[in-house]
This record gives sequence, structure tokens and C-alpha cells, in this order.
Amino acid sequence: MNKLEKLKQSLSGKFKIENYKFIHAVGDDVLEVPKEDVPALLQFFHDSGQFDFLMDVCGADYPGREKRFDVVYHLFSSKDASRLRVKAQVGENESIGTVIPAYRGADWFEREAYDMFGIKFEGHPNLRKILTHHQFVGHPLRKDYDANLQQACTVSLPIHFNNEPGSPGDVLNDKYVPLNIGPAHTAMHGTLRVMAEMDGETIVRCNNEIGYLHRCFEKMAETHPYNQVIPYTDRLNYCSAPMNNIGYCKTVERLLGVEIPPKAQAMRVILAELSRIIDHTIAIGTGAMDLGALTSFFYMFGLREQVYGLFEKLCGARLTVSMTRVGGMAQDAPEGWFDEVLALCKEIRKGTDEMASMVVDNKIFIQRTRGICPVSAQDAIQWGYTGPLLRASGVNLDLRKAQPYYGYDALDFDVPVGTSGDIYDRYLVRFEEMRQSVRIIEQVCKNVPGGDYTIRDKGIVLPEKKDVYGNIEGLMNHFMLIIKGLRPPVGEVYDATEAANGELGFYLVSDGSANPYRLKVRPPCFAIYQSYPTVVKGAQLADAIATVASMNLIAGELDR
Amino acid sequence: MHKDQVQGSVSHGGASGTQAIDDMSREVAFTSKLDALVAWGRKNSLWPMPYGTACCGIEFMSVMGPKYDLARFGAEVARFSPRQADLLVVAGTITEKMAPVITRIYQQMLEPKYVIAMGACASSGGFYRAYHVLQGVDKVIPVDVYIPGCPPTPEAVMDGIMALQRMIATHQPRPWKDNWKSPYEQA
Repeated sequence: MNKLEKLKQSLSGKFKIENYKFIHAVGDDVLEVPKEDVPALLQFFHDSGQFDFLMDVCGADYPGREKRFDVVYHLFSSKDASRLRVKAQVGENESIGTVIPAYRGADWFEREAYDMFGIKFEGHPNLRKILTHHQFVGHPLRKDYDANLQQACTVSLPIHFNNEPGSPGDVLNDKYVPLNIGPAHTAMHGTLRVMAEMDGETIVRCNNEIGYLHRCFEKMAETHPYNQVIPYTDRLNYCSAPMNNIGYCKTVERLLGVEIPPKAQAMRVILAELSRIIDHTIAIGTGAMDLGALTSFFYMFGLREQVYGLFEKLCGARLTVSMTRVGGMAQDAPEGWFDEVLALCKEIRKGTDEMASMVVDNKIFIQRTRGICPVSAQDAIQWGYTGPLLRASGVNLDLRKAQPYYGYDALDFDVPVGTSGDIYDRYLVRFEEMRQSVRIIEQVCKNVPGGDYTIRDKGIVLPEKKDVYGNIEGLMNHFMLIIKGLRPPVGEVYDATEAANGELGFYLVSDGSANPYRLKVRPPCFAIYQSYPTVVKGAQLADAIATVASMNLIAGELDR
Repeated sequence: MHKDQVQGSVSHGGASGTQAIDDMSREVAFTSKLDALVAWGRKNSLWPMPYGTACCGIEFMSVMGPKYDLARFGAEVARFSPRQADLLVVAGTITEKMAPVITRIYQQMLEPKYVIAMGACASSGGFYRAYHVLQGVDKVIPVDVYIPGCPPTPEAVMDGIMALQRMIATHQPRPWKDNWKSPYEQA
């Protein structure tokens, strides 16, 4: 009996399933329901334990339809790694019930859907703009909003707070000191803004504002052909750019129904693990810097530069590599590259141990981080944590193990899991992941499969330059693919990879044209950062800074 | 020898004494115009404020980091307070939401102050021709040097800083800055 049948059985009698549509398409299970049923249905999924994670909530706009919007929920079960997409149609002036009571982590995702599409979520306590600025009029991801229509912002919002039940909202209390940190504060990593009311050194309540780096990734994806979206994905989590390339290309490939050759898979695994390592070097290096330890930053950057060297050798770029293409890699690795990677592995191993002794064995660091602002496993799941932060809270979930792709199941590596979910555990997990990534790279590099680095489907992949300039068929194929574009079949897919920060998901809708119809990114740190006001409530200010650093918030993927 | 000269000339006193001190300074010291000396000092002790919002911010860390080491150009003292910095490095995309913030930061910097737009986004919006992205930071603050690249290599950033140093040394006029007014104050 397949999963949809089981699902149908568990729902029958409780819900009017004759109104539901059970669809299995492109490998995804989809459930289409009337919007009135959504809150109760998701509550049931949560309470019955069928799906413990709500990974993503997003909107999609279909202007030609009677009910214009789709609200799409992506559920995930950590027990058997199964996924379910729940969709409900909502008209332009209608609203849909919030699912925050079932999944706390729906908060910011619903706000984003409201901001981008104007979909109203009934019962949401803070339904206001999240990514665009407060003077922005209209909803940019609607199809009738012009991608190039900028609206000026003339003034920043003053300190403001969320309207939680029992809290005074934006009214400040005279007893406390209001404090604004960021967006241009050194500990706020460029674009984060935290507002707090302080009682001495203690945070009475706190709010965080994002959107200072909202550069419209999703709208840009809708206005560019599939392969031209790849450079935009680089700039989501720019600390580990290749991982975003891989996540995006993997999604498009699944919609196309193609499997990439073993060599491309091996190269992607190596790139992904190298990226994981350098992402963690930034997280640890800047994290320690925020606690006052500048030395670790210089050490970590030395390590990073060496990996940059490898990237540069592979494709000429250092940071934003755009190395993958739909169907494989952009080009083959130069001769001897894999040996150089192997040689660097030794350096990374040494550097990691050295760094660990400097950071996590350091008495001051331990005192600043151990037992500070812990997040329990239960809370972490409720908020939608994934990646190192979830594992630091003691949940053993890693998509490389739970939902293996690119041959991860054949590789020997461990998933480090913390116990307390405090800041210290997060760094311990990151250090151990770096060591495990080195193990993975070594295994792959010692056994690189031969063969081609990309598929050779002429409707998907451009021919090599020697064919374009060398024969008429190559020239024609090149011309046709550039003019006509890569066109996946009509359909939709959600695919996720384990990025450095957690689950990086892409929800892709194709209408059969050369551009994606809708591309939604599920950024890992978006779900994590929404828990921040709750996590640091009652903590000291210095601990709040340490918490920001440990969450490894990358504005590029947070704000997109 | 110099000591004797100084003593000798002072003993004579009057106008000829001044003459002698002048002679002496030509022998023992390098004479220059004051503003040239100041410019030399300024160009070799730029205090940057890295305004890293995005990918370019990571690449700017590389420039400050151990391999490229901006200290060689006298600009290693990164200040995160605009009041202590004289070079604003805009490294990354500036969105419409961020524009009032960066304008205020620029206003808080003390004269003389310089601005480098690092990368395509800060220079022109880059490939984000999009509804929430400011199409170049020069829409709100005056920019002295633009560094191309997405992100620029550390070498390119150094080239940009050296270009700025040349501008400072040669007192290049900066008409784009002379009549600058905050776009938010007119209203």
C-alpha cells in the first residue's frame, strides 16, 4: 500500500475526503484541499505525529484562475523521511486560517506569503510586511507586478515589537531602556536588525527585523531562463555558493526526469562538502570574532583561501562559482585536481583540530557559550530548525542519511548530534561536521568514477564549444537551445538538499516555458531566525549577540 | 657641523638669523607644501568602515584577511563606527530599505571622507534589476571609486584602493561630492 492510500485511510471519517484530491506527481505526494480545512488538517497531521516538521509555506499566483492564489504547505516526517505537499486555493479577497497553533514555525513563512502575494492569514498575530520595506505598496510576487518597479524608502521604521497576546505591542515601557542594534552594527552581520527593551543587561523583550537584503531572488528567477537562474542561486548563501547551485540544479533535473552521470555526482559531492567546510569556517570564525576572539578569524580565513584556490582552479571564480549546470557540471575538472583536493584534506584536518583547540577548548569561549540560550529538541522541531542547529539540540536528522542523494548512502560518515542545544553544542557539531566532510571528500576523491561530467541531451545541455565552432549540428543545437531555452514539462516539484545551514529546499513550478513559473526557496536560516526573540528573552545582551553568531545567519538566503 | 651653524647664526640675531635657519632646514629636512604632506598621510592611513551587506562583504574579509592583507596599504584599521572612519566601503547590494540607513551613516562620517562602491550591486544594482534593489549606491551618496566584479577579486579591491590613494595624493577635484545633499532632507 503506498503512502497516499495510507494517508487516505487515516483521514477518512475525520475529514470530508471526497472533496480532497490525492495526487502523486513527479515523485511527490500532493494533497489538494479546500482552504477551510487547512488549519484542522495540519493540526491533525501534527497531533497524530504523521508529520513533525512544517518545512515551508508559500504562495503562488495564477491570475487567470477563479481563485487566484495557491497556498502551499510542505510537510516532512523525520521518522520515515516522507514528504507531503498540501495545497489550498484562495481568492484575491479571501483569507485562510493560520497554522501557527499546529506548527509554530509557520509564523514568518505566512508573513512572507502575505508580503509577497497579499494572502491574508486569519488569526496570525503579526500579519505585516517582512521582506519589503514599510512604504512599499503592492505585492511584488503577483504576476502583474513589474519586476523593475522600484519604490523608494525614505525613512527607517522606529523601534517596534510584535503583538503577542498580553504584550503592549509597539508601546514602550518607561521602566526599560529601548535598544536598537543594527542593521549597520558589526555584530549584526551587515543586515540584521534587533530591537530590544532592556532591564539593565537583561532583555525583557526583543524583536528582529529582516529584509535589508531582500533582492528579489524569486522574481528574478521568474524573469530569467533556467540556466541563467544559477548565478542568482550562488548569491543566496554566498558563504557556500556551490551548495545552492547543486540544490537548484537537482530540483530542475528531477522535474526533467534526468539522472546526472556518476562523475558529475562525485564532483557535486566534493564541491558540496568543501562548501560545507568553508561555510563552517565562516560561521566559527566570525562567531568567535563576535565574542572578541579575532585570531580565530584569521586562522579560519587562511583555510578558506586554500579552498578558494581549488575553486579557482576548477572554474576561475573564487566565491560565486556557478559551477553546475542543469544536467551535470559546466566543465570537467582539470588534470590532477582531485589529487590536490586530497592533499588539501590533510591541511583541513590539521587546521580544524588546531582551530578546535583554540575555540571550543578555550576557557573563555566555554564560559561564554555553554548553557547559554539552549533550544530543546521539541522547540527546535516546532520552529522548523534543520541542519547543525537541529542536531545540536539532539535530533538526529541529516538529509544525507535520511533521504540520500548522489551516493551519500554508500559513503561512510557519522552525523554528530549534540545534547543540550546551547551555543557551545552548535560549535561542537560544526567542528565535527567539518571533520566528517573531510572523510567524505577523501572517500570520493580516492574513487572518482570515469565517464562524462554532464548528460548529452541536446534539449538540455549546450554542446561543447569545439562542436559549436566545429560542425553545423553543434552550432544548430547551440542556437536552438539558446533561442528556445531549456523547457521542463508542465508540473511542480519540491526538492531538498542538506546545505551547510540545514534543509535548503526549492519548490519549482513549471508552465512549460523557458523561465520558471514560480521558484520558492526554503532557506534554512529563515526558519531558525524567527525563533530568535523567544530564544533570547530573559537572557543578557552579550548572550544575545553570541546567539546571533551561532545561528550563522546569511542575509542572502534569509532575505533573498 | 649643523650644530655649529645653528649656534653661529643665532648669535647674529635679526633678519639674517631667520635666513640661516631657513638654510639649515633645507639641509637637514625635507621641505614640502603642507597639503602635500597631509595628503601623503591621509592616503597611507585610510581607516575603512566595511559596510558589507552581501557576498562582497565576504570577499572584503578576504582582502582584510591573512593572504591579501590590506595592512600593506595602511588601511587595516577597520572601524565599525562611522565617526572613526574616513573610507566607507560599500560592499554588497544596497536595497531600498537600506538606502536611508547608509545615507545616515555617510552623514555621520567626518571630513575628509571617501566612498568606494565595491562590486556590481553597489555600483549599479548589478544583475538585480529588481523591485527592491537600489540601482547603485550613488543614487543616495557620492561615490569616489567604483570597483567592477561580482564579487571583485581581492586584487581588484586593492587596485580600487590604490586608485583612491592616487586621487588623494593628487588632490583630484571631486565635483560629485561638492554639492551633495541628502536626498531625504529636501522633503
